[in-house]
Amino acid sequence: MTATLMEGSEAIAEAMIAAGCRFFTGYPMTPFTEVLEHMARRLPEVGGACVNAESELEAVGMAWGAAVTGTRSATGSTGQGLSLMQESIAEAALAQIPLVILNMARAQGDYFQATRGGGHGDYRTPVLAPLDAAEAVTLVQQAFHLADRWRTPVVLFADYYTAHTYASVDPTPLDLGPLPVKDWALDGSTSGTGQARLVSPLGDTKRRDRPGYDLNDFYTRMAAKTAAMVDGVERMAEVVDCDDADLVVVAFGTAAKYARAAVAELRADGRRVGLVRPITLFPFPDAALRDAAAGARLVAVYENNQGQMVDDVRLALDGAVPTRFVGGLSLDSSGFGIAPDYDVEVLRRRFAGVLDEMEGS
Amino acid sequence: MIHRSDELRVVTVDGRAVLDTDGAPQGARLVDDFTPTLVDEGHHHLCPGCGEPIAMRSVLETLEEIDVVSRSIGVFGIGCYTAFSNNLDCEVAQALHGRAPSVATGIKRAKPDTVVFTIQGDGDMVNEGLQEVIHAAARGERITCVMLNNGVFGETGGHITATTVLGQRTKNTLDGRDGREHGYPIRLSNLLVDLEGVAFVGRCAVNNAGNVARTRKMLQRAFEVQVADVGFSFVEILTMCPTGWFIDTLEAPAYLDERLAATHTLGVLKDVAAG
Repeated sequence: MTATLMEGSEAIAEAMIAAGCRFFTGYPMTPFTEVLEHMARRLPEVGGACVNAESELEAVGMAWGAAVTGTRSATGSTGQGLSLMQESIAEAALAQIPLVILNMARAQGDYFQATRGGGHGDYRTPVLAPLDAAEAVTLVQQAFHLADRWRTPVVLFADYYTAHTYASVDPTPLDLGPLPVKDWALDGSTSGTGQARLVSPLGDTKRRDRPGYDLNDFYTRMAAKTAAMVDGVERMAEVVDCDDADLVVVAFGTAAKYARAAVAELRADGRRVGLVRPITLFPFPDAALRDAAAGARLVAVYENNQGQMVDDVRLALDGAVPTRFVGGLSLDSSGFGIAPDYDVEVLRRRFAGVLDEMEGS
Repeated sequence: MIHRSDELRVVTVDGRAVLDTDGAPQGARLVDDFTPTLVDEGHHHLCPGCGEPIAMRSVLETLEEIDVVSRSIGVFGIGCYTAFSNNLDCEVAQALHGRAPSVATGIKRAKPDTVVFTIQGDGDMVNEGLQEVIHAAARGERITCVMLNNGVFGETGGHITATTVLGQRTKNTLDGRDGREHGYPIRLSNLLVDLEGVAFVGRCAVNNAGNVARTRKMLQRAFEVQVADVGFSFVEILTMCPTGWFIDTLEAPAYLDERLAATHTLGVLKDVAAG
């Protein structure tokens, strides 16, 4: 396939089809709705199924069920709908369900929900945040790969802009390398063989000598698996012009697209400023950020919320560089995440003000 | 571990002959191994007199009887019966409390050739996940949902559920369920009958041999309807819970007839294929 102009929602849907996703389900909610529309139209054409769920609770349950059969499966919503899914996401992590969950977020207030896990228990899920629709096409496919590689739910954190901006994209399937055989998947064929399979958040192998589950044994092994996943998932970040930067701006997703352009203008004016854009929000690209900010005098975190990722930036830097939050909630009356502050001139002035202050001090 | 003893100590208590449990432990005598083929581990931690093992056995034996074992997948809810999800020689996807019908939907839509059933209690299905089963039924999902209805939260130790009958005493309705105060029992089978996606609905019980036989017949019809791709099928099995009912074990089968089945009446409520 060659590059085609399409809306971000359609690009994400086509990337899911390209990744081999054959089951999708959801409940309409802006700005997730159009992804559901595209999947409802496209999946039957490729032999898949799209079910309109009665709520987000059922959507994540259906996606769980399809994934249990080894089928690549996804669901999603906005952060609000994802709140309803959190119990299942938490337990799906324990049940080792490979699942891709789209958060077509409103603004960036769901950073904690995505990266900390809004559910109960001691679990983690990888979180990928695309800059725009074009990058989403790649990250969606990587999300399915990670989900299968680590048998885990993976969150893709996009937003209104990703969904509704037309972009030239190329949703050709990517070869992301070999994956483990899904020898755990259910199809009924092991029933009655003495080796019937089990996919459960309470244990991963059937105990054939004693009744019930051993949760101590299972949770301990799952903790080790989670630690291996956190170590094993490649931490991705885009680093721009940080080598000689006095000020390093940190931003993710759509906000970073505007921040990156503002930083480029300041660079053109000769200001010593760079940008780090975390692409994996979890696991957080600590080392890339530390390296990029090693020579900086200040790190400024720009997010469209009250300051959430700034906590991860501070944890990564561990006091090595002073860190300041320069973001803040910016919305229009719709509440969908359309931000008046997403304006290169607005952000250029904001970052320039920080630089002026540093130089004046 | 099977213990054998040729000499069982019997004592008389309140005029009834019972095994002596005050003395040193003594074993039961194994007459025959009745463990169903699809059970890996026959021991369980459920209470004496519980109806759930009989219901579970009935489901498993039906799968064998209609010869669909090698494409069967069970989806379990959360309750006492969850202990079985780890002990069956049948593929199992363990779901969250109330969520089994959605998980079963996903499995069936992804693998239409499988035979998919849920095992859920009344708390799981009627309290926590009522909309799940209603929507799965309305969509006509080709799955079989099995509700083990004992009219009480057994696993928490005897608390009111949506199916608890009026007047029944539980730990949080100490003076008995009062309709005006605690609401009235939901008869889920009756609610499902009117939905067009539903092909079979039956309510049965496992409190005596005749009812167990009728339970097996209803399960057989329910699975046949699924295999024939007709629509959603539902079997509600009334099960004994002497612990949660706070009565003697031996009284539970009669209590089921007199109380639970008086509100949740037994019988086939809908069979589209037969009509």
